[in-house]
Amino acid sequence: MLSYITKRLVAGLITVWFIATATFIAMHLVPGDPLMNQKAVSAEIRLNLERKYGLDKPVVEQYFIFLGNMLTGDFGISYTQQNRKVNDIIKDHFPVSATLGILAIFFATLGGILWGAITAVYKNRLPDIIIMFLVILGISVPSFVFAALGQLLLVNLNQLVGQSVLPVAGWGTFSHMLMPSMVLGLSTMALLTRLMRSSMLDVVNEDYIKTAKAKGLSPLRIFFRHQLRNAILPVITVLGPQIAAITTGGFVVELVFAIPGLGRYFVQAVQQLDYTVIMGTTVFYGSFLVLMVILVDIVYGFIDPRVRLQ
Amino acid sequence: MNTSLPIFLAVMILLQNSWCQADATDFHTQTIKLALTQEPPQLNGMKATDQVSVMVLGHIMEGLTRYDRRGRLVPGVAERWEITDKRATFWLRPDARWSNGDTVTAHDFVFAWRTTLNPATASEYAFILYAIKNAEAINQGKMAPEQLGVQALDDFTLTIELERPTAYFSKLTAFVSYFPIQEKFYKSRLDRYAADADDLIFNGPFKMTDWVHSASMKLKKNPLYWNRDQIKLNAIEADYITADTRARLNLFIDDKIIFTRLDGETYQDALTRKFRIRSFSTGSVFFLEYNHRPGRVTSNLSLRQAISAVFNADEFVNKVLATPGNLRGESLFPVWLSGTEDKFRVEYPAQKVAPDTALGRKLLTQAGLQLGIAHIPPLVLLVGDSPTAAKQAEYLQGLLKNKLDLDIKIDIQTFKQRLAKMTSGDFDMVGAGWGPDFDDVMTFGDLFASWNLNNRGRYNNAEYDRFVRTAMNSSIPKIRMDAMAELQRIIHEDAVILPLYEQGVIYLLNPKVRGVVRKVVGADPDFTFARIVQ
Repeated sequence: MLSYITKRLVAGLITVWFIATATFIAMHLVPGDPLMNQKAVSAEIRLNLERKYGLDKPVVEQYFIFLGNMLTGDFGISYTQQNRKVNDIIKDHFPVSATLGILAIFFATLGGILWGAITAVYKNRLPDIIIMFLVILGISVPSFVFAALGQLLLVNLNQLVGQSVLPVAGWGTFSHMLMPSMVLGLSTMALLTRLMRSSMLDVVNEDYIKTAKAKGLSPLRIFFRHQLRNAILPVITVLGPQIAAITTGGFVVELVFAIPGLGRYFVQAVQQLDYTVIMGTTVFYGSFLVLMVILVDIVYGFIDPRVRLQ
Repeated sequence: MNTSLPIFLAVMILLQNSWCQADATDFHTQTIKLALTQEPPQLNGMKATDQVSVMVLGHIMEGLTRYDRRGRLVPGVAERWEITDKRATFWLRPDARWSNGDTVTAHDFVFAWRTTLNPATASEYAFILYAIKNAEAINQGKMAPEQLGVQALDDFTLTIELERPTAYFSKLTAFVSYFPIQEKFYKSRLDRYAADADDLIFNGPFKMTDWVHSASMKLKKNPLYWNRDQIKLNAIEADYITADTRARLNLFIDDKIIFTRLDGETYQDALTRKFRIRSFSTGSVFFLEYNHRPGRVTSNLSLRQAISAVFNADEFVNKVLATPGNLRGESLFPVWLSGTEDKFRVEYPAQKVAPDTALGRKLLTQAGLQLGIAHIPPLVLLVGDSPTAAKQAEYLQGLLKNKLDLDIKIDIQTFKQRLAKMTSGDFDMVGAGWGPDFDDVMTFGDLFASWNLNNRGRYNNAEYDRFVRTAMNSSIPKIRMDAMAELQRIIHEDAVILPLYEQGVIYLLNPKVRGVVRKVVGADPDFTFARIVQ
């Protein structure tokens, strides 16, 4: 077990190094100049800016300096917010994205398992058809549409009631988190519902279910103890990458609901060619994703004893 | 799942309801709530360049002078001043205080200006201090910052030697780059200066009490501000930071913010909701800038004139922009600029042109002959990546195809890429704009001087340069304005640019809030003198 985890961690480190290198190369290949702004500056000032960010050195040297700093966990100073460290940006804003993401995953998993199980039980009957129709919507409609609709719903609800039932946007209290996290979790919920449905249908025909029925167990007990537990495995598999995707991919939701998450920095940094923030957030998210995948593999072993971690 | 979760949720919602109630305005506490369009990237006045930072700084800091609610220049930290041809003297009020209790002194200005000009600071707005003697040389590293022509005679007397007569110097001192900074405090923070609320001290009408990055910012009335009796608001709270105009409109509908700017899309919704829509001229001019570099087809005058001849400014404003408030583009100099006594454009009207397709075709044929080519190759039109920029580009593409049979290749680029291409000259025409940095014709006039780094089309005309110099070296209004009028004429005759429009924006404002000032230069919108009525 321990050697397995060590092996996976080493492989993970190599993956992160690869992500960092690929991003570094891609970033420098993108046309445009990170130091250029609306107002043109004199050559002297330009040189000082280049020196400040080490851009006056050859790109290869910049790469090794970056690698060295990365090992010590220092990503430098942001180009757009010149008095903030990239580390501070990650430290300040990732917890927000993570909170939102965890809540979204909570809604998604709960909903996905519930709806998936229901559709499996009512296979090809009305509830199944309705839910599966909604699932297709959930997968195919992009999140910015849901975000805008969700917000509009809140505005109209508040107007109807005549007072603020739920805040339209912002961050701070639990009520701020409800709508955005549901919107954010929607596509994952749809995905999980479909997955859950098919794996439930697979499990229903297994021998051990028949055995359980023959033993005279109550349908509820069969459902929870035997069906659900076995059917949930594929859901766990996709959950790892999904958690990473949700906690990192909330850019649109963060924008619409005015949430101070890291997703905004992640996307805006690319638009503004903020080199240090691009590298910092990408390496951070990359490591997070790799860690999640490893974690899922380990969890897998606990849920299904047949999976032996060698 | 057990039943405790729904109950928990319900309780949470009910609990928070009490503090979710706060409306956009509170008469009793005189508090207004806002949404910022972005996180202010730089609250160090020496380096701030963007509108949001300038807006916030305008509320928490104050320069020697400031603008009042009617747009007149009034005393700020300085009680009075005197400007002669090459010298300016400011007498500071003794009761101006920093939020740490210290007096704002002339030394704070000397320190701030020297530091801004120090090339090591790498301030992008350093050029705005070039009116001061030796400033440009210092900024280029040719002189030491201590050689700047500014001196604190005592704590309350500041004298400035000017590089050349600068009639508008007192107006410059209202700008953020001229704000004071206390050396003691600055040196205690260094790289952290202005990074957080406790990394700043304030001398303006408000002080920042709380700043959660990308989330919220709270400003409270500054009890040490010398003119505190004139400040009615107790608090300005920016509870939201989002660039999404629809989200901001929703917040406005929900009475959570007092102000929001509209775009073409949200304008329709605001109309349906029967809100009172206000408009404001930002003072910026948008134009098509040609690439004048030798070898480019757009360096041909007849070709540029042909394009000008078929352009219909009214159609552009009414059908393409299609939101209220924009004015037709006629000149590089917008209508709000002051001339000698009246507005500049009243004293020196821009040359009016009616669209004339036949003339355009004739000019185009001429251009072909001069260039020695039968058909003009497709012209590259470089534009930004906003939906409005794309719409404008498509209109121009259609127009030039229909009227002149000119092919246009639209090159849509993100901000930084577009700037890189503009600077390297990789375009024939570029959708560009210019906003004023200070309240004087010169902020537009010297844009196409051959030495101006922002002249990205590299227009180079000795006659133009000469008139810019004439205006620069005189403090006599008539001489300066006459020279500017010549610039206006040259820009028209030489078709240096094609003026598209003068930007107007539309916005919503909570009717309970009075005294909000919209400004062309400096902090905009300005809530300093706002108050809430019942």
